[in-house]
Amino acid sequence: MTQPRTMLEISGLEKSFGDIEVLKSIDLKVQEGELVFVIGPSGSGKSTMLRCCNRLEEPTSGAIFIEGERITDIPRRDLDRMRLKVGMVFQGFHLYPHMSVLKNVMLAQIKALKRAKPEAEARALEMLDQVGLKHKADAMPAELSGGQQQRVAIARALALDPGVMLFDEPTSALDPELVGSVLKVMKDLRDKGMTMLVVSHEMQFAREAADRVIFMDGGYVVEQGTPEEIFGNPKSDRLKTFLSRVSHEDAGAEAD
Amino acid sequence: MDTFIQTFFNLDIMSQAFPLLLKGAVMTLKLCAVVIVCGLAGGLMLALAALSPNRALRWSAIAYIDLFRALPPLVLLVFVYSGLPFAGVRLSPFMAVVIAFFLNNSSYFAEVFRAGINAVPKGQTEAARATGLSQAQALTYVVLPQAVRNVLPDLLSNTVEVVKLTSLASVVSLSELLYSANMARSVTYNASPLVLAAGMYLLVLWPLVRVIARYQRGLAVN
Amino acid sequence: MRFIETFFNTKVMADYMPDLIHAMGVTLGLAVATIITGILCGAALACLRVAGLKLVNFCIIVFADIMRALPPLVLILILFFGMPSLGLNISGWMVVYIVLSLVLTAFSEEIFWGGLTAIPAGQWEAGRATGLSKAQTLFYIAFPQAARRGIPPLVNRVLATTKLTALGSVIGVKEILSVSSSAQSFSGSATPLTMAAIAYLIIFIPAVIASHKIERRYHFAT
Ligand SMILES: Nc1ncnc2c1ncn2[C@@H]1O[C@H](COP(=O)(O)OP(=O)(O)OP(=O)(O)O)[C@@H](O)[C@H]1O
Ligand SMILES: [Mg+2]
Repeated sequence: MTQPRTMLEISGLEKSFGDIEVLKSIDLKVQEGELVFVIGPSGSGKSTMLRCCNRLEEPTSGAIFIEGERITDIPRRDLDRMRLKVGMVFQGFHLYPHMSVLKNVMLAQIKALKRAKPEAEARALEMLDQVGLKHKADAMPAELSGGQQQRVAIARALALDPGVMLFDEPTSALDPELVGSVLKVMKDLRDKGMTMLVVSHEMQFAREAADRVIFMDGGYVVEQGTPEEIFGNPKSDRLKTFLSRVSHEDAGAEAD
Repeated sequence: MDTFIQTFFNLDIMSQAFPLLLKGAVMTLKLCAVVIVCGLAGGLMLALAALSPNRALRWSAIAYIDLFRALPPLVLLVFVYSGLPFAGVRLSPFMAVVIAFFLNNSSYFAEVFRAGINAVPKGQTEAARATGLSQAQALTYVVLPQAVRNVLPDLLSNTVEVVKLTSLASVVSLSELLYSANMARSVTYNASPLVLAAGMYLLVLWPLVRVIARYQRGLAVN
Repeated sequence: MRFIETFFNTKVMADYMPDLIHAMGVTLGLAVATIITGILCGAALACLRVAGLKLVNFCIIVFADIMRALPPLVLILILFFGMPSLGLNISGWMVVYIVLSLVLTAFSEEIFWGGLTAIPAGQWEAGRATGLSKAQTLFYIAFPQAARRGIPPLVNRVLATTKLTALGSVIGVKEILSVSSSAQSFSGSATPLTMAAIAYLIIFIPAVIASHKIERRYHFAT
């Protein structure tokens, strides 16, 4: 048996905005093919941690390794190359509104990865097919539903063949009936062996699909384990409080 | 470097020319007051006409607006000042300037007001009418205040344009700021009076330009 | 009848038609040169501002403010009468071209910059996260969107600036207004002025109508 490769490693990560210490000390490893779920109360620094992983946010200290390469001290001019290895999906999709869906997926392939146009197009169509939107290739982003836009954003990231995919609340800007289509794409990805780090409030999805769940609070990883351990047998008081509050919200939402 | 300073920033010449320029500046202010007030009033009337349900009124207003937006203001001025005397209408430079710029400005202000009124949702008028206000009251108390707020930066920047526009009056020998400065320039064979005039325009207009820039950035952020 | 004789004298029209057509060419040439220079330089300055160099940005802001606050005619006179004292003889055409280009550069820089600041941060992040460099993100993602937002005000500003080519008449550039003014004094008839007005309408009425269309189109698109 070969040891599974560590695709993403965070060690002693700290991040402050001015005087506010948002991340105090984060340690985390994601193995190849793993789907790791990050939960935690609002403001606990989940997005900040994710954004440090491709240096959209500069860590204050600590180290981050992508496929074994330390990315926290590579010079700024090499960032673009590094970012190709890390796909990112945002809560707000951020499709480019002035380009067709196909162009959205092709742009970075051509300009950053330097792929030839025909190859980029073929790859884009393949990825759009994977997220079930090949027929929308010529549509403009504004003509798509939120769920469709998010799937295009996933295809845009996937087309660059990243080693790790980061998802920051990919479904929380979506109407409830559109959430399923995005989660399904993510599940397919997992089955294909993609390594994923997902910040999300979809607890049901975490239970079904996550290999590991991380609970963050106050700038620390407070608890981590399998979904059964985290949801079935929470140890810390903070996690218990968080889970009871979330389940209340869920109950409230269903009662609506 | 020295010639440069002598040519553009000759303080002696500037101080000699200053009283003349100050008189010119007063004339410029007078001109601005008349032209801006007339332009705003005329523009509002035209905008209302351009939005009126009466077809004939609407189309004539739109034609007027487009016609005078298409003509360079200096062409209008020369036409009014040098062309109309051929038809027996002889105007003082001041009147010629006021009329020519009114034709030009009212069209520009009309466009601004029209955009502002259009941006007020229809529901506002309906709500006002539903509470028993007349059409005119709804317009005055509900629609126009919102319309003006919508386009305040545009109204301001149009006003700046009007002040800049008044410098064209120098072409028909109206002794406003630029005309006085150019007089002083031709007497002294030195461009410094013109630079002084530029400084005086900046003194008034730069703060306005800053305010507009602030305002627009505020809108962009929201 | 006398009215027609004064303003639409066919003989005078025929006499001066060739001169006027030539002058239209001068006006159009000046306009096109100004538009290209002004928009390109404005876009370049706006993009330069993205780099966030404090001193450079300060200079750009001061430049744009001054060019927007000063009446262009003041600048034209300063350059036209000041430059020869420095031993630089530049033609009237060149002076108008330089001044109007500077003015349009300032306005278009502000318009593009306003558009750039309105681009949501997420667009930049999406570009950077997919491995595009800052320059690539600016070039392929941010600027095209900023330009789109800027089109309606830019079209208006381009029209306003090209109409200012008439200022060339003040310093003897043989464009439409100056040719027709001198024709008016030679012929003793107002007809050349009418011709000038018509010439401008031929150029600008289609432009004004097109600007309405563009405005409407981009208003609903965003
Ligand atoms: N650019 C910034 N400047 C200053 N403070 C910031 C910045 N970005 C985030 N913060 C602060 O950092 C803290 C953590 O933010 P972060 O977005 O990482 O939280 P989160 O766990 O993702 O929360 P949520 O669930 O609401 O998305 C918050 O208190 C936030 O106000
Ligand atoms: Mg977040």
